[in-house]
Amino acid sequence: MSGVFSPGRAKIKERTLRTDKWWIEPAITFGVLFSFIIYATFRAFEGANYYKDHLISPFYSPCLSQACVPEATIFGFTPVSAEIFNFALSPALIILIFPLGFRMTCYYYRKAYYRSFWLSPPACAVAEPHTKYTGETRAPLILQNAHRWFFYAGLVFNVFLTYDAIISLKNVEGQWGHLSVGSLVLILSSTLLWFYSLSCHTCRHTIGGRLKNFSKHPLRYKLWTRVSILNHYHQQFAWYSLGAVAFADIYVRQVATGAWTNFYFF
Amino acid sequence: MTRKLNLRIWRGDSTDGGLQDVVVEANEGEVVLDVIHRVQATQMGDLAVRWNCKAGKCGSCSMEINGKPRLACMTQVASYSEDETITVTPLRAFPVIKDLVTDVSFNYRKAMEIPAYEHPKELAPGEARMEQVDVERSQEFRKCIECFLCQDTCHVIRDHEENKKSFAGPRFFIRIAELDMHPLDMLKNRKRTAQEEHGLGMCNITKCCTEVCPEHIKITDNAIIPMKERVVDIKYDPARMFAGLLKREKRN
Repeated sequence: MSGVFSPGRAKIKERTLRTDKWWIEPAITFGVLFSFIIYATFRAFEGANYYKDHLISPFYSPCLSQACVPEATIFGFTPVSAEIFNFALSPALIILIFPLGFRMTCYYYRKAYYRSFWLSPPACAVAEPHTKYTGETRAPLILQNAHRWFFYAGLVFNVFLTYDAIISLKNVEGQWGHLSVGSLVLILSSTLLWFYSLSCHTCRHTIGGRLKNFSKHPLRYKLWTRVSILNHYHQQFAWYSLGAVAFADIYVRQVATGAWTNFYFF
Repeated sequence: MTRKLNLRIWRGDSTDGGLQDVVVEANEGEVVLDVIHRVQATQMGDLAVRWNCKAGKCGSCSMEINGKPRLACMTQVASYSEDETITVTPLRAFPVIKDLVTDVSFNYRKAMEIPAYEHPKELAPGEARMEQVDVERSQEFRKCIECFLCQDTCHVIRDHEENKKSFAGPRFFIRIAELDMHPLDMLKNRKRTAQEEHGLGMCNITKCCTEVCPEHIKITDNAIIPMKERVVDIKYDPARMFAGLLKREKRN
């Protein structure tokens, strides 16, 4: 017997004596994240319906595969083969590791999925089911320390997705200065991704948190205070940006399949 | 206004024990510690409970109320509905001594393992000067009242007794962070020892310590995660790796 049932501790047979509905939050988190994983997996392997009339899905951007439709590429730059070992590779599979890695190693999402998927612990003061625990000290969880690598990669992706949002300000004929529902969806998605990245704990640390003497670096201190404000809402930005990216992909897919018409305001 | 309160109190010692039901009067505005004292005065004269200031500043009356780690002196009876039974138990991460009193000496042993502040040799006592912006971060951590609720709720030791030897716990991670962020502290290697000796890497950031802190110290966001990032600085940062700084820091 270990944990709360260890010898010497108060003999209480219940794993928790909490009387509130502590299981609701991890259950909802599990449901939402699991749904996203299923949808994202389907879309990543679909390899189609990701581009239509200057709208590109964030799941497929930047489109680096030779399998990409030419209009979806960045100036025709396609360094990655369309097939690997005779297996047709969806363009999304080449790049999704970066945004996926950023979210998987994110300090907020770690809390979310450790609680809801791994039950370690399912909630505060609720005994976890595992008999052994080593945390993030050994493989594979020591790889959580790669968050900073994915943070840098995520910033590059944000630049691409912002570029996509700007490109979407063209009409079907390719003329600039037009605004559609699709443009708004992509602008919202890329903006929320910037907020998610800038509110990240790694960003907060890199911008100034690592300093010992704020007084010697007044500009970095000022930036640190701003990022600290954003950081307070990191959890919210994590969810909003996830929802916005998923919706942007759904929207582009629906437009690409012809199910929805992209409405132009002007 | 007085009401009858159903209270369930854990009674026993390290060998055996169980929950006992009592009905006790509770007056308007009272806290759980007040009704425990009334039980002690009227029904259970030998009930053991640790308390001191009754103002949320000494950290003595830590216990678990309806399964949540809390200070009994800061938990209003009125926050529970009239038909609800309030269950009071000792902290479940530490060995029990008697009734609601636990042996928290684990925490004092861990405190002794944290190297103290090291003053700059060139500065005589009284000569040190610091800007307010440089001490603000550390001041948040100085609010700690050592109630050990964060230690109690941390699943790393609550659910795994065997981890106690290698894990200092959130209370001492804020101590390490406080010193590592101190502009004048000269001790090297706090980051590395935090990771390799005090078990910082075992924390999986589930934020329960922050949730239970009665001083509202943002333990995870302002201490543990910044310390994890500082460890990344010296061990895993790509920019530093490519710049070859890692080796230089090791030599330091």
